[in-house]
Amino acid sequence: MAERRLIWLALGLIVAVLIFMTWGARGNWGFVLAFRGTKLLALLVVSAAIAVSTVLFQTITANRILTPSIMGFDALFLLFQAGLVFVLGGFGVTQLSSGLRFGMEFALLMGAALHLFGTLIGAARHDIHRLVLTGIIFGVLFRSLTSFIERLIDPNEFAVVQSSSFASFNSFDADLLRYCVPLCVLGIAAAWHYRRELDVIALGRDHAINLGLNHKRIVLIILTIIALLVSVSTALAGPVTFFGLLVASLAHLVMRSHRHALLLPAASLCAGIVLVGGQAITERVLSLSVPLSVAVEFLGGLVFLTLILRGTQR
Amino acid sequence: MSLPVRSATLLALLALAAASLFVGVIDMAPSQLLRGSEALKLMAVSRLPRTLAVVLTGATLAVAGVIMQMLARNRFVEPTTAGTGQSAALGILLATLYAPGAPLVVKMGFASLTALLGSGIFLLIVRRLPVTQPLLVPLVGLVYGAIIGAGVTFLAYRTDLLQYVSIWLNGEFSGVIAGRYEFLFVSGIAAVIAYLAADRFSILGLGRDASISLGLNYNQMLLLGLVVVSVITALTVVNIGMIPFVGLVVPNIASRLLGDNLRSSLPFVAASGAGLVLVCDIVGRIVRHPYEIPVGTVFGVVGAVIFLWLLYAKRPSHG
Repeated sequence: MAERRLIWLALGLIVAVLIFMTWGARGNWGFVLAFRGTKLLALLVVSAAIAVSTVLFQTITANRILTPSIMGFDALFLLFQAGLVFVLGGFGVTQLSSGLRFGMEFALLMGAALHLFGTLIGAARHDIHRLVLTGIIFGVLFRSLTSFIERLIDPNEFAVVQSSSFASFNSFDADLLRYCVPLCVLGIAAAWHYRRELDVIALGRDHAINLGLNHKRIVLIILTIIALLVSVSTALAGPVTFFGLLVASLAHLVMRSHRHALLLPAASLCAGIVLVGGQAITERVLSLSVPLSVAVEFLGGLVFLTLILRGTQR
Repeated sequence: MSLPVRSATLLALLALAAASLFVGVIDMAPSQLLRGSEALKLMAVSRLPRTLAVVLTGATLAVAGVIMQMLARNRFVEPTTAGTGQSAALGILLATLYAPGAPLVVKMGFASLTALLGSGIFLLIVRRLPVTQPLLVPLVGLVYGAIIGAGVTFLAYRTDLLQYVSIWLNGEFSGVIAGRYEFLFVSGIAAVIAYLAADRFSILGLGRDASISLGLNYNQMLLLGLVVVSVITALTVVNIGMIPFVGLVVPNIASRLLGDNLRSSLPFVAASGAGLVLVCDIVGRIVRHPYEIPVGTVFGVVGAVIFLWLLYAKRPSHG
């Protein structure tokens, strides 16, 4: 039954992809398909990375409200990006290959994520509101620090940072895409590998340990995967606060299941449909007059508010 | 205990204000004031107005935070975590769009009105939240503000006014010269009114039933509080731009030091709000001299760190 819903979602994604690739196409098909194909690939990578990282994060923190971006992961990534330019100088950063640069940013984010959020999740596990509030304030702190550093950077060097600090689904760095696709596949494959352990972790820490799971080790591995996927999506598209929440809630709504073998693909498919379909609509119907990122943030914010308010009434 | 704290705060504030007068792009020593008319002019047109604007903004935002916390009966609420600032930005954006020719006073009035509506709706939401979950209130407020903010961004994006919005939402004092900040005195008056009614706001903070049984006209005081908060927030947004967390951080520290009797703690709250914003403004002027870092950015860092500390530090018991 649930598998059938998954097939419907896959069909939906195929339709969205077909619409995105062919609608309003004129002229040389070879050019159109190559041009839109690159963009499509980037959109799919971003949506899968955000969806999977969100589901993983919600599982290890055992709630449906938290997401990596609400906890400030992507703000932290941007902070490291700006910090790297500040330390090495704009020239130094452009000298680095984009692969090496991405590698350094990822390593920093992973270290910080394991350290900061690892302890935080342990300390405030039982007080979910405090945890969420902390995450949001951390987000404000990281964003303020980022713009503080940006002000300290030379205006010419600032251009290196600026391009990446706003969410955009319209243009992607093709060079970066070459590194991000395999990394994203790697992260998702790793998540898939642990799908059964994730089902057990979703039962809660005590149950998981009782069932013979090395809880601490698995959580650390999952946090690493999350850091990898957040790095990929933030490097490609910039920060999107509520998108992960939106698609994870959609996946739970559609699947009504706690099995990660179903949830992970469902969330990725939902994300793909929203992002590819939404981008097709904003490009063709609205001719880019409404940025998709703003619309997604608006809807995701409403979902967040209803989730919090509903959670209190139970 | 409280007297040394008070006099220390006052002294620190005076020292900071004096320092603020002599920090800027042009080097100026106090002795130059006695000699040249050039230095006096610089002082009158730029340095003094700027320092006054910083003091007024910091003090009134801190007072607005206290009042908001009494209205919502929650320690972690302030104009930026209740959608008030974003609603004011929405108001001034609408006024700029549909009545571009209207005088500034009218636009500010309209911004105050939307800020009033926005925070009124927030208070209605807060009433439905369970009292046992105090941290839920700022959480809902932050997201509520973010949703209004997304609406403002969307509208501004459609109408090419995005630059204005970033000015309204990120506070900066570098544009303040004589003739361009005087409206802030109105929010100063609003803060004084709040002080005159301080005892009633203290009672208001006890809740609806308690205040009515003590003979308070509950709805009237609620409205007065909302008006004070909205006017202060709207004037700050339009003239300076939002500075996050001033109204949250300062009153919480004050309440830890002096307790919750508003009539005695409100002047201290105002003075420390002014002092803290002054520090951040001076830091923003010095770090990248001769360029500036907006005070909103500096305070975003400082305020967020103090907020996190408030969230996790144990509250000391005071008798």
